[in-house]
Amino acid sequence: MNTTTLGWAAYLTAAVLFVVGLHLTSTPSTARRGNRLSAAGMMVAVAAVSTEVIRAHLITRAGATVLLTGALLGGGVGLAAARRVAMTAMPELVSTFNAVGGGAAAILAIHEFTGRGAELGAAAGVSGVLDILIGATTFSGSLVAAGKLRGVVPGRPVVAPGGRGTLTGAAATALAAAAWLAARPGTGVALAVLIVAALTFGVLMVLPIGGADMPVVISLLNAFTGTAVAMAGFVLDNLGMIIAGALVGASGTVLTRLMAAAMNRSVGAVMAGGFGTGDSTTGGTGPAGAQVRQVSPDDVATLLAYAERVVFVPGYGLAAAQAQRQAAELGELLRERGTEVSYAIHPVAGRMPGHMNVLLAEADVPYPQMLELTEANAELARADVALVIGANDVTNPAARRPGNPVSGMPILDVDKARSVVVIKRSMGHGYAGIDNELYVDPRTGMCFADAKQGLAAIAAAVKTFVG
Amino acid sequence: MSTALMFAITVFVLSALVGFEVISKVPATLHTPLMSGTNAIHGVVLVGAVLLAADARGPLGYTLAFAAVAFAAANVVGGYVVTDRMLQMFRRRGGRS
Repeated sequence: MNTTTLGWAAYLTAAVLFVVGLHLTSTPSTARRGNRLSAAGMMVAVAAVSTEVIRAHLITRAGATVLLTGALLGGGVGLAAARRVAMTAMPELVSTFNAVGGGAAAILAIHEFTGRGAELGAAAGVSGVLDILIGATTFSGSLVAAGKLRGVVPGRPVVAPGGRGTLTGAAATALAAAAWLAARPGTGVALAVLIVAALTFGVLMVLPIGGADMPVVISLLNAFTGTAVAMAGFVLDNLGMIIAGALVGASGTVLTRLMAAAMNRSVGAVMAGGFGTGDSTTGGTGPAGAQVRQVSPDDVATLLAYAERVVFVPGYGLAAAQAQRQAAELGELLRERGTEVSYAIHPVAGRMPGHMNVLLAEADVPYPQMLELTEANAELARADVALVIGANDVTNPAARRPGNPVSGMPILDVDKARSVVVIKRSMGHGYAGIDNELYVDPRTGMCFADAKQGLAAIAAAVKTFVG
Repeated sequence: MSTALMFAITVFVLSALVGFEVISKVPATLHTPLMSGTNAIHGVVLVGAVLLAADARGPLGYTLAFAAVAFAAANVVGGYVVTDRMLQMFRRRGGRS
């Protein structure tokens, strides 16, 4: 169906609202308004296309029924999921939305091939196969990623039978079927092979990727979904989808590069897999280290009570222990006593870009106290105490030297603080599987405790200490 | 190459460039809401799903239409609602307001 003037005006309005909305996301105080503008843009686009379809008397009664029931069911499930999801489970939800978005985009092209087939022109044929290739890969890959994040699928790198060979085989099959289908859009077999091979490729691509690389993977799949939607826009000759898809593709690409840079790993190396062994830390059964200095919660409280500047360094361990609120309460307690408190947040502190910030915001930490890497390092250099909670590899000074698994990774300069306290259950390793030199630094006190109980004990001690 | 296709490719490339510009200015603090917000934007695939529902004929067509509409609707509604939920938590000062 050709776009009418109404449709064109609506897509243009929507595109403007999307861009302005994203622009307002550049500060926390305007971001919510930005998201609402973007939602308004979406409503304009959907209302316009619905009006067009009804006006042109194109839709059958059955089609309208399918449309309404599908929209109510999907919208209802989406709404319920969005309302109920715990902030810790946000990466899974975002990954699931990537999956359904990519899946829907692929279905649009599949329908063009089953419905029109041989009539499709070269441009629609090529964009159609790209849409199915990217969309189906995103669909299955995002579901596996969501499964890994939920713990349904093992978080450690899983190598499929045949390993690399099977993955390459699936990719080659998908590409061959794509070329075949683009050349002969009416071929049902090519379509079927393409769908199956792309779905298989998506699964095999994500399975070998370890838990620590999840922020990169989610961002990449986000970029894929956007691209798939843009391709669907080319197939249906719909400007609204082309613009929105391109915006999302760009956004996902920017985030993918930022995340990969934060780990000093190339996107290729991430996709090759094998890094990050899952949610449980490997090795280290107890406080067995030779030269570590152990401190009690009371010692930590004394240290904090006399400090003027305290920087909290939260890592994924904090979220895993659900201790965000305890950290925020201790922070607030110190702040009330006149201590300057801030939170140093590494880009890959959570399971997706910016995840830790959301978890802290939920625990009522004001956003001006959340510092990005550069600001955080400036603050750490003048901090009296750095309190590390559940962060490991991103604090390892070994990253400044070549020749080890974390070499070159941008780290939080925790060792520059006057004194350091690490709350940790054991001497276990992080994802990189190496010892953290920070722990044996003479200025570092190790407080062996569960994050939640440890923080609560320190807060209680601070209260009694000052009376 | 048709004029329509050349036009569409131009729009795609320029939109992607605008995307790079705008997204690069978003602070790391807001990267999760950014991603879920752009996630909601790719819910624009709902527009295509509506067109598909209008175009569909026969059991296969209706099945595909149903799946596309349901997926896209979940994407768009869930995406915007969860982003709004997250953004309302970002406050300048502590404490529940």
